[in-house]
Amino acid sequence: MKDNAVFTSRVLPWVLLLPSFVILLVFIYYPALQAWVLSTYRSNLFLNTRNYVGLDNFRLMFTGPLADKYIQVIVQTFVYGALVVGLGLSIAMVVATLASQNVRGARIYRLLLIWPFALSPAVAGTIFLFMFNPDIGSVNQVLDALFGIKPRWLDTPLLAFSLVVLASVWKNLGYNMVFYLAALQNVPKELGEAAAIDGAGPIQRFFRITVPMLSPMTFFLLFTNLTFAFFESYGLIDIVTSGGPVGPPPADGAGLTTTMIYQVTLDGFGGSGNTGLAAALGNVILLFTILITLLQFRYGSRRVQYGDN
Amino acid sequence: MYRRNAWILHAVLITTVVIVAFPILFAVIKATQTRVDVLSPSLIPGTQFVENVRNVFLNANLLVFMRNSFIAAVAVTVGKTTLSLMAGMALVYFRFPFKRVVFGLILLTLMIPIQVLVVPLFDVISLQPPQTFAEWWAWISRPDRILFQPAEYGFGWANTYAALIVPFLASATGTFLFRQHFMAIPSSLADAARIDGATPWQFLRRILIPMSWNTIGALAVIEFVYVWNQYLWPKVIIRREELQVVQVGLNLIIGTGEGVEWGYVMAGATLSLVPPLLVFMLLQEQFMRGFALSGGK
Repeated sequence: MKDNAVFTSRVLPWVLLLPSFVILLVFIYYPALQAWVLSTYRSNLFLNTRNYVGLDNFRLMFTGPLADKYIQVIVQTFVYGALVVGLGLSIAMVVATLASQNVRGARIYRLLLIWPFALSPAVAGTIFLFMFNPDIGSVNQVLDALFGIKPRWLDTPLLAFSLVVLASVWKNLGYNMVFYLAALQNVPKELGEAAAIDGAGPIQRFFRITVPMLSPMTFFLLFTNLTFAFFESYGLIDIVTSGGPVGPPPADGAGLTTTMIYQVTLDGFGGSGNTGLAAALGNVILLFTILITLLQFRYGSRRVQYGDN
Repeated sequence: MYRRNAWILHAVLITTVVIVAFPILFAVIKATQTRVDVLSPSLIPGTQFVENVRNVFLNANLLVFMRNSFIAAVAVTVGKTTLSLMAGMALVYFRFPFKRVVFGLILLTLMIPIQVLVVPLFDVISLQPPQTFAEWWAWISRPDRILFQPAEYGFGWANTYAALIVPFLASATGTFLFRQHFMAIPSSLADAARIDGATPWQFLRRILIPMSWNTIGALAVIEFVYVWNQYLWPKVIIRREELQVVQVGLNLIIGTGEGVEWGYVMAGATLSLVPPLLVFMLLQEQFMRGFALSGGK
């Protein structure tokens, strides 16, 4: 790497860095430290009491009467995340590949596929809440007219969970499509043409050429979609199901659509106001996030390289 | 390509385009219907759009929610882009001690999503600052308590714009994007500028910024959409309706009881999509070149 550092001022670089640094220190690093401090206290927001309890909050999450709830919440967050990532990325990859074919109107198709890029989780949730409302929602009115059924989308546990997954996958489609379509522009056309001449069918070309060529982008999207499932999905879930409904045993410790971050806000700002437990769960999520980021750096850098870059 | 295959391809693509668009079109159509039609599965556009919009704007406070979101999103977008540009410039064009450490500390925050900090950040933002000099002095003279005990003082920013803006002004993503972009600019350019006697400020204004529009545009899209779509943090820190942002505001419009005015809600959802969509459409080219094509790296 050539050295670009041509300016010699001693003070100026620090002046340029100072604002960013102060903000990160005060609003990221200090709260991150405070998260560990708070997690060693048992507190009640409303009684305004606070006692030092060491690692008791962490112990409570994994053993004892509350463990069922917290382990369920952790497991279902990962199941939800896996579904959102798995379904979302495979659908987006197939459709983006089709839209990148030499087909008439490809530009228009691409534009029509990416325009909901900026869709928010809360708006996606609002629309789905209305569409799937068991009594007045259009989906049930159509289902009732056609088959005489009115599924209770919002209070049947598995249906509610599926609905949240469906809404999430749909919400992310535009976002994923933007990145896959951009990545596909960089795949040299000759590769596919050469493979076609050698007799590879379209499905073979997809799995042997497109999927490997897209793998760096897939790693990036894996990470952003998982971040969505862990954190940004909060707005969607809050609006559609408010974390409920409680599942059948053994998943009866918490609402089936309660993700880890949802549980954090329930503990931290909900009825119990137990900020210690909320901070402890926040730290557990943080550890998962760090683990996933490290995995991404580790495997994401193993890029598949063809062509001349 | 065989004609039959082309037809299948068109069929699949049209189906996907419809699936992608359907819920949004559904919301747009419902936003035009009367109170009765809204509750039917009818997808025939009505004539009540202006009426629904006026109601949701004025009676349900949507105008206020959107104004608040707009202020926060613009402030964060401008501030974050500026601070990231400054930090990126320092990291690439200057030689100073501990550069790698500083870069590492900025990059490390990529692993700490602000949402996991919602509980401690709430304290830091909402607790009142020290009121008297004596209190302030007692606080500052015990750094061990500041660090290792639950925070006693904060900024007192609950229910303010500052709470929605200031914590988000610095960005590891932005700094990283600018650093990567600057490092890809040939160093001969910086050398030439220095030999010609350009000051760092002139170099920034005449060369760096004009060469960085793609990165600036990409970052603007990412940040505007990010702030506009925020839900969890505003819901927690803003408890006064006249300061609430649009995403949480939509949920307030839905309300809790029966008798939701779904026509208003759908009009609100539709209108709330417009600003980020406009920003994305306007800066789409820059976004593609400055971010998406590089794989967000």
